[in-house]
Amino acid sequence: MTDMKNASDAPRKRISLTETDAHTRKRNASEARFKAYGLGAILIGLFFLVVLATSIIRSGVPAFTRTVLEVEFTLTQEQFDAAEKQLFKTKAYQAVFIDAMTQKLTEDGVTASFDNAAIERLLGKIGNDLRGHYTANTGDLGKSVNFILPASSRVDGYFNGRVTRDTLVDSRFLQLSDLDLVDALHDAGLLKQGFNWTFITGADSGVDNPGGAGIGASVVGSFFMMLVVLVLSLPIGVAASIYLEEFAPQNRWTDLIEVNISNLAAVPSIVFGILGLAVFIQFMHLPQSAPLVGGLVLTLMTLPTIIISTRASLKSVPPSIRDAALGVGASKMQAVFHHVLPLAMPGILTGTIIGLAQALGETAPLLLIGMVGFVARGYPDGFMDGFVEPNSAMPAQIYTWAARADVSFYDKAWGGIIILLMFLLTMNIIAIILRRRFERRW
Amino acid sequence: MPLLWLFLGVVAIAAVGYVLGRRRALQSAQGDIRRLHSLPSYYGSNVFIKALVPGIAALLIWLLAQPFYINSTVSGMIPETAIADGSNRGLVMAEVRRTADGLNNAVAVGAMDSNLASDPNADVAVVTQALKDAGQIVTSDITPTVLVAAQSYRAKSNAGRNYMSVLVLLLTVVGAALGLRDSHADFRARNVVEGSVKALLIAAASIAIFTTVGIILSLVFNTLEFFRLYPWTDFFFGLEWAPSFSGRGGSSKLGILPLLWGTFYISIVALAVSVPIGLFAAMYLSEYASPKVRATAKPLLEILAGIPTIVYGLFALLTVGPLLVSVFGKDGLGWMQAGTAVMTAGLVMGIMLIPFVSSLSDDIINAVPQAMRDGSYGLGATKSETIKQVVLPAALPGIVGAILLAASRAIGETMIVVLGAGAAARLSMNPFDAMTTVTAKIVSQLTGDADFASPEALVAFALGMTLFVLTLGLNVFALYIVRKYREQYE
Repeated sequence: MTDMKNASDAPRKRISLTETDAHTRKRNASEARFKAYGLGAILIGLFFLVVLATSIIRSGVPAFTRTVLEVEFTLTQEQFDAAEKQLFKTKAYQAVFIDAMTQKLTEDGVTASFDNAAIERLLGKIGNDLRGHYTANTGDLGKSVNFILPASSRVDGYFNGRVTRDTLVDSRFLQLSDLDLVDALHDAGLLKQGFNWTFITGADSGVDNPGGAGIGASVVGSFFMMLVVLVLSLPIGVAASIYLEEFAPQNRWTDLIEVNISNLAAVPSIVFGILGLAVFIQFMHLPQSAPLVGGLVLTLMTLPTIIISTRASLKSVPPSIRDAALGVGASKMQAVFHHVLPLAMPGILTGTIIGLAQALGETAPLLLIGMVGFVARGYPDGFMDGFVEPNSAMPAQIYTWAARADVSFYDKAWGGIIILLMFLLTMNIIAIILRRRFERRW
Repeated sequence: MPLLWLFLGVVAIAAVGYVLGRRRALQSAQGDIRRLHSLPSYYGSNVFIKALVPGIAALLIWLLAQPFYINSTVSGMIPETAIADGSNRGLVMAEVRRTADGLNNAVAVGAMDSNLASDPNADVAVVTQALKDAGQIVTSDITPTVLVAAQSYRAKSNAGRNYMSVLVLLLTVVGAALGLRDSHADFRARNVVEGSVKALLIAAASIAIFTTVGIILSLVFNTLEFFRLYPWTDFFFGLEWAPSFSGRGGSSKLGILPLLWGTFYISIVALAVSVPIGLFAAMYLSEYASPKVRATAKPLLEILAGIPTIVYGLFALLTVGPLLVSVFGKDGLGWMQAGTAVMTAGLVMGIMLIPFVSSLSDDIINAVPQAMRDGSYGLGATKSETIKQVVLPAALPGIVGAILLAASRAIGETMIVVLGAGAAARLSMNPFDAMTTVTAKIVSQLTGDADFASPEALVAFALGMTLFVLTLGLNVFALYIVRKYREQYE
């Protein structure tokens, strides 16, 4: 090669090692560009994560606060008797209440005019609440009682910026003049922001009562479903993995099982819902909307996930453990159950928790078996009833709220998502701690 | 809860069997454990299994078979004339079952005399009133035929329950006795017990197969039922999706093509977002990133994959949709009518799929042998040239497989499209139009008020079948490609 003459007599371009020529510059630029694309892609991904997190938190936090009217109120025996004689008792109570309020506001030096309708728009039918209180506690008559009355969801919206004076259109729910009253009450220190316990502990309310909607009942529904999933999928998943990993001979049946598991892992979740509807409800006549059925469907759905992770952790136990057990006379079954399984347990539990977390967030199959949000009207009567009584689950409840026409429910949906994500976060943290603590590297 | 008590009874008998079997075996070895073939607990377990398995098996079989048997005999009692026009035998039988349940509950709470409940000559009006008083749901007027059938149904199922309890307990005791007879020192209890445990393991593993079979059967039967009511050519080649909401149907247009188009359009948008971002992210993470960056960025990206789809759905509906409208809507470019659109759903679905594409491609890129990179560097190639000309071509089949898996996820995704894509089925090219997908329509057809036997409800099963076949095909193809590629480098 070295003997070869330069074919063309044209002078060779001189290349210096100390100076970068145009071609190298171009290549370096393209290198930098490519690296920037990669970094950009990651930053875009993280940006989406941040946007998602901020929009969840910003929109969800209002669901946890509610506006309440805290007011000292005295009803005398005479007023009570007079009101009970009226035909429209609620109205009578409201009239008494409004009188007292007007008096109180004038004492405080706040001038605001309001009528029966305005009070009803802001606070709902308080006459009912008052009457309920006094008929139940007649001893409170004539005494000063501290009432905490929840304001309507529109007032909440006004305080957290969803409803503004510019965008408000007068409706039977709220009028512009009401906002003056709200401001006046707020200045007088009667309207306060409080923590919304109803949202945590309550059940789903009707379509026209966003303020009373709570996620508690569907949390209970989710809990019973997860119980079913845990009780079924952990033993079945572990048993299936042990068979496939330790005992299965190389034959057609084993191949068939393997192919089925890997395919089931990728079947869309809604197809499992169709399975649940056709097999558990149509064919086996199990009760509709029951957490039991939801749990069964989610079990079938999570089994592949659990089997795959369990097999991985069984595989990570070194064969020397098995050989040692077999060497001292244990049967194959004893070697697996006494030695391999306990060593693989942390990994199995981690996989199971992650599978449960996945199941907890699943919505679509639950809708098909009737576990929609408006079914969750109350808590189950007892522990066994919790499995069969119609109930909803957290994600399905969130979906129902999101699908309602009333904008006030959107707050509730976002708030529900915060609760759901808190559960998922807890489960994942437990899984991570389990892994850090107990996982053994061989 | 007699069923629970029956079950507990079976378990109790088996538990007693365990103790007796263990003791008997020890006795036959004169208390010397070394003379036994197996550990004492195996003898106990042997009896336990032999008692439990026949009892529980009989219980399950009876529970499954009894409704069929009673349904068919009682159904034969109802004459053709008793079935009203527009109704069918299934509906009448449902009424019979409801009445029978009502009678049962009414007697259980003491609101009805058990003689009245089983008197075939009872006045229908009296029984109906008694049922209503007991808080039982009585939908339509109970006819004498229905009442008699319901009484027979109730009598048969109560009798069946009694026979079942006797049979189950008998089988359990017989099984325990047989197991006890075997409990002596020479009996190979461990082999028997381990054999049954292994059978249990095989059964657990086979659930995967039964699930698939269950999915296929439930889809196939209902799909065939649908095609009896609605021509399959109209379903597969119909250009219009317009189900009637009257419930009885007849004028519905149920063509799948607009739905498939919406599904594919949204999936393509989702892939157009997720594939470049995911792929570049994977290449950066595996080739450029320092271990520290990798250890933080990778789990952070994977959080996106752990978020439930309902969250993405809400994000699409309430955040991304209004944002897009403010840019492309009436006040902006004027392309978009409302927040729900192909673009909204596709974009959000793309975000969801980024970690899916990136971690799958990351694994595949990492599986490319280091020697190939070293060879390329040795020839003077830069990192990006190595990636573009060596690593990517080597990893291409795997990456294609990953993209196909992502596509199958996109096609099967439900909640994002239910909330973000709109409800109108249309064949349009504008990505800012609302469209709908196969999955969204499965949800809406099965959660509506449509009668379960109507084509409007049954079409959901045909849609599910299409979806299942489509995703299964994609998965099998993708796994085939990935597996084939793996074999080359290992």
